[in-house]
Amino acid sequence: MKLSYLPGCTLKTKAQDLDLSTVAAMGALGVELEELPRWNCCGTVFSFADDDLMHQIAPVRNLVRAQEQGGEQLVTVCSFCFNTLKRANLLVKENSDKLDTLNTFMDEEEDYKGNVNVVHLLEVLRDEVGWEQIAGKVQNPLKDLKVAAYYGCTLHRPIEAAIEPPNKPEALNDLIKAIGATPVDFPDMTTCCGSYQAVANPEIVINRTREILTSARESGAEMIAVSCPLCECNLKENQKELGELRMPVIYFTQLLALALGVDSHLHQCEQNPADARPLLESKGLIDACSATYI
Amino acid sequence: MKKINPHKTNFIRKVEEISGQNIGLCYQCGTCSGSCPNFAEADILPRQLMRRAQLGMKEDVLQSKIAWVCASCLSCTANCPRGIDIAKVMEAVRLLSLRENIDYVNPRELSQETIAKLPQIAMISSFRKHTA
Amino acid sequence: MDAVETKMIPIYIMGQRYEVPEGLTIMKAMEYAGYQYVRGCGCRGGICGACGTIYRIPGDYKIYSALACQTAAEPDMYLTQLPFFPANHVSSDYAELEGVPEDIYKLYPELFRCVACNACSKICPMDVPVMDVIAYIKRGDIEKAAFEAFDCIQCGLCTSRCFAEAPQFHIMQLARRLYGGKLAPKAQHNAEAAKAVRDGKFNPMLDQLTSMSLEDLKKEYIEREIEPETAGDEWKPKETKWLLEEYLR
Ligand code: SF4
Ligand code: SF4
Ligand code: SF4
Ligand code: SF4
Ligand code: FES
Repeated sequence: MKLSYLPGCTLKTKAQDLDLSTVAAMGALGVELEELPRWNCCGTVFSFADDDLMHQIAPVRNLVRAQEQGGEQLVTVCSFCFNTLKRANLLVKENSDKLDTLNTFMDEEEDYKGNVNVVHLLEVLRDEVGWEQIAGKVQNPLKDLKVAAYYGCTLHRPIEAAIEPPNKPEALNDLIKAIGATPVDFPDMTTCCGSYQAVANPEIVINRTREILTSARESGAEMIAVSCPLCECNLKENQKELGELRMPVIYFTQLLALALGVDSHLHQCEQNPADARPLLESKGLIDACSATYI
Repeated sequence: MKKINPHKTNFIRKVEEISGQNIGLCYQCGTCSGSCPNFAEADILPRQLMRRAQLGMKEDVLQSKIAWVCASCLSCTANCPRGIDIAKVMEAVRLLSLRENIDYVNPRELSQETIAKLPQIAMISSFRKHTA
Repeated sequence: MDAVETKMIPIYIMGQRYEVPEGLTIMKAMEYAGYQYVRGCGCRGGICGACGTIYRIPGDYKIYSALACQTAAEPDMYLTQLPFFPANHVSSDYAELEGVPEDIYKLYPELFRCVACNACSKICPMDVPVMDVIAYIKRGDIEKAAFEAFDCIQCGLCTSRCFAEAPQFHIMQLARRLYGGKLAPKAQHNAEAAKAVRDGKFNPMLDQLTSMSLEDLKKEYIEREIEPETAGDEWKPKETKWLLEEYLR
């Protein structure tokens, strides 16, 4: 199976491990992710203003690119890209006048017809591959590993853009189960990490991180799996200050790649308190590496 | 004493137009405040912002911190029993300042370490929500 | 009377109507109309970027751009030159830069305000895909950005249109400089040539030239062997002892 894929800006720099482990793991599952030959930044956050179309151009332009590729689905793994593209898509599908305005404005592009579906990688894993299929392909079951599935905001809110009914997030838990690890439910699975307030009000992010790590720890988790590079950064960067609360943070695609026996790109992890390697090593899931907690 | 206008002022109309929400629907249950992870960083709660907006208290609304510490997490929106998309109201409040060319964040004043450390999505979203 | 009658066409410079002979460039047409260039003109060859011009045609909502020195004036153009557009340039110590995307982000964080409106690419008289270049920079691909922005002549028209208020041409120049100086693989033959110079390979030739009389030097110059324009890669001068490859052998 071949699907159009938009990695997003951060996956080409700071979150390369997310991009590379995604492509590797999907390859092992027989899904070829074909990066759009031309794409731009999606804008990262959906504009909530009813009278603002200027900030819908960036996501819709990417939908035009996906349409040019002839794909019906556009796959993303970055939660920010997913939410922004999906909401912009819903907006123009439901408001033909807005779509017309945008198409007229982007007169150098072919008209977007509204036929692309934006899907998150977890949806592809669940709906196109299937948890049992995945379990069947696991080479290296992640036994005895207790993983908190941290979904963050954008996979489940708002309800119309959610990957599943938002009151009971389970896609990531199911994946964790399928690869042989133990998913840990914790109360802050969909609590905000502070998001872009990392720029203007970093103390908000520290408070959020403290709360999320505390509840994950109290629920017995040994590591946190995420799909968003900003969640990853926010949960990771503040751990030095949070002393006892340190806990490895890892992209779910890295766990998946590890279980499937393909390159999980863990070597891209920097050595920091949230480095997952020492824990995975102590469980015998990866070969000895030089990483240590710092 | 602040002037309280019981009728829909231009300010109220503008908030409703940008947000697409009927702020009159709010019955002050406080569920939004209870779901907001960031209320403690602000001076007033989301519920209080809604009330002030209903009353057309423009200065109070525009000067309050809550819309600026909002991280657009949509917890409030997801839980409001009156179906109000409060995050959109927060955006409208921000935009009423931003559209006057009043920035909350100045990209050129961020520390070099902040820019080097944070992923692009952090800066891009911050500038989209916090710069004119 | 005259065998050829020049056809005159109307153009509007900053709103004022002028009749100018058909077939002139915008720059010549402006001079014909009485304008004298102090700024807004440099090379007259389409490469210095001084003569960026914007115009409209009645009945068309679009805004068009041109280089005044390169583009023929057309009937009913409403035009003005935009010789300069304010764009903040941030100085940096090149030696301190590491050739990583963060170098650019730190100096020009406002590039993250780009909304992909594409107004920049549409206005560019050199057909630089400015929006895509900014997109490459946003995703950290300095190499792609440098190549795609190669044709930029710093006219500033893109910046005049930017919704994000970003100085794209300075940003793209920084990308090119980072690529050229820090990322592009170093050409081996350059290093070898530099070593040959340092080792004094060409000193005898220079000594000989500097000791010649002016007369002899002129003669030598006039009679020098010139590579024919049609020469292929295999062409070699008659005297081969100064060739680098001889030296390296
Ligand atoms: S949750 Fe809704 S109804 Fe309750 S106070 Fe907030 S906005 Fe008003
Ligand atoms: S969207 Fe903003 S106001 Fe609403 S709960 Fe989240 S941070 Fe609070
Ligand atoms: S990229 Fe901008 S500055 Fe460069 S030639 Fe094009 S319009 Fe002019
Ligand atoms: S004009 Fe500015 S905002 Fe628009 S695409 Fe170009 S760089 Fe981006
Ligand atoms: S005068 Fe130099 S580009 Fe036109």
